Amino acid sequence: MIEIKGLSKTFKTANGTLLALDNVNLTLQAGELVGIIGMSGAGKTTLLRCLSLLERPDSGEISIDHLNLLAARDDRMREYRQKIGVVFQGNQLLKQRNVYNNIAFPLTLRNGKKENYDEKIKRLIALVGLSGKEYSYPSQLSGGQKQRVSIARALASEPDLLLLDEPTSALDSITTRAFLDLLKEIHQKTNATIVIITHELSVVEKVCEKVVVIDDGKFIEEGSVADIFNHPKHKTTRLLLGLED
Amino acid sequence: MSNTQLFELLSEGLIDSIWIILGSSLVAYVFGFPLGVLITLTRKDGLYPKPVLSLGLNRGINVFRSIPFYILVVALMPLSRFVVGTSLGIKATIFSLSVGAIPFVARLVESALLEVDQDMIESVITMGATKLQIVTKVLFREALPQLVQGLSITMIMLVGYSAMAGLMGGGGLGDIAIRYGYYRYNYTIMYYALIILVVLVEFIQTTIGLIVKKIDKRN
Repeated sequence: MIEIKGLSKTFKTANGTLLALDNVNLTLQAGELVGIIGMSGAGKTTLLRCLSLLERPDSGEISIDHLNLLAARDDRMREYRQKIGVVFQGNQLLKQRNVYNNIAFPLTLRNGKKENYDEKIKRLIALVGLSGKEYSYPSQLSGGQKQRVSIARALASEPDLLLLDEPTSALDSITTRAFLDLLKEIHQKTNATIVIITHELSVVEKVCEKVVVIDDGKFIEEGSVADIFNHPKHKTTRLLLGLED
Repeated sequence: MSNTQLFELLSEGLIDSIWIILGSSLVAYVFGFPLGVLITLTRKDGLYPKPVLSLGLNRGINVFRSIPFYILVVALMPLSRFVVGTSLGIKATIFSLSVGAIPFVARLVESALLEVDQDMIESVITMGATKLQIVTKVLFREALPQLVQGLSITMIMLVGYSAMAGLMGGGGLGDIAIRYGYYRYNYTIMYYALIILVVLVEFIQTTIGLIVKKIDKRN
């Protein structure tokens, strides 16, 4: 179970302080597939950076199975980071390493010997449909393939939480569909909680069970995708759904 | 001068030049590389921000870099006598060229490392990499093509500077070109020395260029 409690984050800007996250609360069950949608500037990026432990919130808690990750000392922090896999927008693969070594990278950080993870990496490569591309470099791959490497890499350390930041924003519609199918497959095969942060409704509609709407740093609506999409209560949700302009 | 003598003179000059360039590149990198890493890591947005140290190092490098090289060589002469025991010949040239090239190498290393995408570094942080792992497994690895390219730039610069050091009896092909060509009006020797220098530069550029092409996986 993943719990986000009272998460707040402010930034100092030239025009005063900006409340990017305003007392955000969310509970996710293990294995849930959740979409967080919102418009630009709603706080999606800040939320992602807090959840991926890149940004320290001003207050609040992020816990996995009742273990508060934010209370950790710096040396434990690295351990906790491995519980969270992140697929970044623009994938951020290591350009000087091939597909195999990119996916194995998180494991090599822990001094793992190759024979210990070799089989797992091969399995991951097969899972994301890139068998035969092990020795290709990112520059030789298409956008969709890079995104597949990225997700395999995020899965390598068997995270409890898999975060995806606008995973399909750079993909065409056919590649997007294939990627979302893969995501569903991963969802069935692992019991990681998957959170997709996006502004694309279609992504949420196709794969998510649950959706959370973020606006102005607050979670304004959450519920099953069918509920929220059919009976949006909040004005911003209706705006996002194109029911109002 | 017979052809044999000419050949001997020029081949000795070439060998001296090669020693000067290899020796001073090596010494310049031994000190310049760590310095370049240090100024990259201690930047305020670096992995180990140390504002005071960073400011001091950058000021120092800039001051050094603003001294015209020829003046620097002259200014280093007494120091050269003290450190390598002479202010003439190959050893002295290697000394002054290395010292002159250290800040240059540091800047080249810095600019190569800074080209590594900040977002990529962040993504590696989320995987639980230590700072040391980020430096060795990400920064050095990802910047490798540029770092090697920097070596080529340094060596070619040193070919030019070594010829300038030749003006002061520093040895090598530059020295020969000045002594025979300029002081004794033996233009044949001067032009031969010049052609060899051009070939040397071409050789460095092509060889390292091929290596870079081989190791660069970015496109």
